[in-house]
Amino acid sequence: MSARDNILKRLRERTDGPLTAPDSDFAVVTGRGWSAQERLERFERWISSVHGEVIHTSRGNWTADLAKLLQAKGVRRLALGREHPVAAEARAALAEGEVTLIDADRDVETWQHAQFHDTDAGLTSTRGGIAETGSLWLWPTPDEPRLISLVPPIHIAVLDADTLEDTFFDVIEAHGWAGGMPTNALLISGPSKTADIEQTLAYGVHGPRELIVLVRHPEERV
Amino acid sequence: MSVETYTPRAFHRQAHDALGNPQIRSNFRRAMDGLMTKRRDVFSDWDLETLRELGANIRLRALARLPDLLEQLEANCEANGIRVHWAEDGEEACRIIRELCESHGAKSVIKGKSMVSEEMHLNAHLEAAGIEALESDLGEYLVQLNEQTPSHIIMPAIHLNTDEISDIMHEKTGTERTRDVDYMTAAARAQLRERFMNADVGVSGVNFAVAETGTLCLVENEGNGRMTTTVPPVHIAVTGIEKVVEHLRDVPPLYALLTRSATGQHVTTYFNMISGPRKAGEHDGPREVHLVLVDSGRSRIYQDNELLDTLRCIRCGACMNHCPVYTRVGGHSYGTTYPGPIGSILMPHMLGLEETKDLPTASSLCGACGEVCPVKIPIPDLLVRLRREAVGEGRGNVPGAGVKRTKKEVAAWKTWQWLATHPSAWRGSLLMAGKLRALTPSRLGPWTQYRTALKPAKRSLHALVKSHRRAGEDES
Repeated sequence: MSARDNILKRLRERTDGPLTAPDSDFAVVTGRGWSAQERLERFERWISSVHGEVIHTSRGNWTADLAKLLQAKGVRRLALGREHPVAAEARAALAEGEVTLIDADRDVETWQHAQFHDTDAGLTSTRGGIAETGSLWLWPTPDEPRLISLVPPIHIAVLDADTLEDTFFDVIEAHGWAGGMPTNALLISGPSKTADIEQTLAYGVHGPRELIVLVRHPEERV
Repeated sequence: MSVETYTPRAFHRQAHDALGNPQIRSNFRRAMDGLMTKRRDVFSDWDLETLRELGANIRLRALARLPDLLEQLEANCEANGIRVHWAEDGEEACRIIRELCESHGAKSVIKGKSMVSEEMHLNAHLEAAGIEALESDLGEYLVQLNEQTPSHIIMPAIHLNTDEISDIMHEKTGTERTRDVDYMTAAARAQLRERFMNADVGVSGVNFAVAETGTLCLVENEGNGRMTTTVPPVHIAVTGIEKVVEHLRDVPPLYALLTRSATGQHVTTYFNMISGPRKAGEHDGPREVHLVLVDSGRSRIYQDNELLDTLRCIRCGACMNHCPVYTRVGGHSYGTTYPGPIGSILMPHMLGLEETKDLPTASSLCGACGEVCPVKIPIPDLLVRLRREAVGEGRGNVPGAGVKRTKKEVAAWKTWQWLATHPSAWRGSLLMAGKLRALTPSRLGPWTQYRTALKPAKRSLHALVKSHRRAGEDES
């Protein structure tokens, strides 16, 4: 018999007999009932607490804030997609500027060295955010592959304020994740960090040193 | 720095040495105090008991349906393009992984943190076959540079302080000697990035394997886990058969418990959910993903209703962070892959009680481990059960059961039992003990190591009370 069959047989022919599965009550991880304002405050408080940076902007004006941000951070080479509206709008706005736009929608093998060595920042959209933990959720696509939120030293993520939800559990349930998972689903909550050297926090150990979230609001905020 | 080999058989000597090492004592004390405080604070606005109850239920439900869920996991992984392999023990798992590497002509493997791979000594196995295995978690990397093993399941290099790490990095990689943690972190980043790009295979562990969707979940802060599972052309995930959960919605409560219990973080930087290799049209990610399911004694633990609880563990390490023994003797003293309370209830099943007979007694049974366990494993009860097994008083279904049973001890307790249930014989023996007190041995094994030997009183308490009463009656 194969290892598989042996293991399953031992588990099925359990000495102490079959087990009964208890019911699970998930109330403790859902039903927060926060207002949009509370969600935003929690999101910002938590992601800031782990070194994430939040910039509030508007749907209409966000690319101007992006340009300012790139300048402030000294970003010369920005990797981004093409089709997603976030990428398309950014490309349109940055077309005339000094920042070199690097196409992320191509096989990594063709530009791995440049991705690891010569890319200052990656720009991605997000599918939503989680207020309880200050997390972004991303489902990477051919347009915005997995590594552009990981390899460049700065990750700039665009989040629409109205996509914030209360908890991770709520997100999974509301968006029917169990019905069809992508190749890779990600929660990102801050820049890469480690405390492996005597519990001292250090950022950017393998992934980005900085995570900047451009939170887009429907209207210009006063 | 010397390369030391720790074994569970030498627990007492190793613990003694660690207790005499002020550096180890202060490194662990400081770290564990910080972790306990952070955990307490991060749960302060939670209904922790309800959350723990849910966590325990989810794990119990997964175990109750384990064989069905493993088959479901396998079917859904295969449907997603993840190849599933089964291994009876660590040796077989090592062979499967080595053969997968060889089939791709792999010379270099980059590893994300995986305690199961430590458990089966995968690195040594691959290196013997001429395949370099490099750890990429910063703590694991430092420990590997120092030719050691992890001393904590979440923080592998917790036994080392900044100066020691600076020395190790200087000696092994040529960095400057410094106390600048950012400099050392940046240096390790640069060293490992080259290795990520050139690695032929990435090997990772799994925190939760979701049967319903065929998804592998990885929890991490550094991003090395994402690198390991995205950059090399082949990803091999290796995990114990107990890590499966039934539904995707089972994951958020366990994740909430895991990060808060482990390091007092409300969330980790990354939660990485992998449901297949790179699909047509996608531009990065591995071309192949494999999942190796390892038994290694887990199905034996599964047979017994009480021992079963051991398999609920989500490997957060809170039990060791809160253990007064672990905090003082450190992780290496245990001489096993998993140290601390969880190691003491798990390793006897993997290595047998002959090797690990001292581990279940490496506890004061203070109960802290059971109180903080996020899935409510009754660790103190299991420690007592293993003590009983070790002296042959259990059910005998732990390998090496009865190893500590001695004829002398059995006879002594039998005599005691008989005397205690026969009043006149008891009184007679007390009288004799008082009369023969001069003959009491002054050395009584470990008891007299730190204590003076007990000597029976000339007259027993009973006799004294009796004569006291008699004197009182005479006076009245």
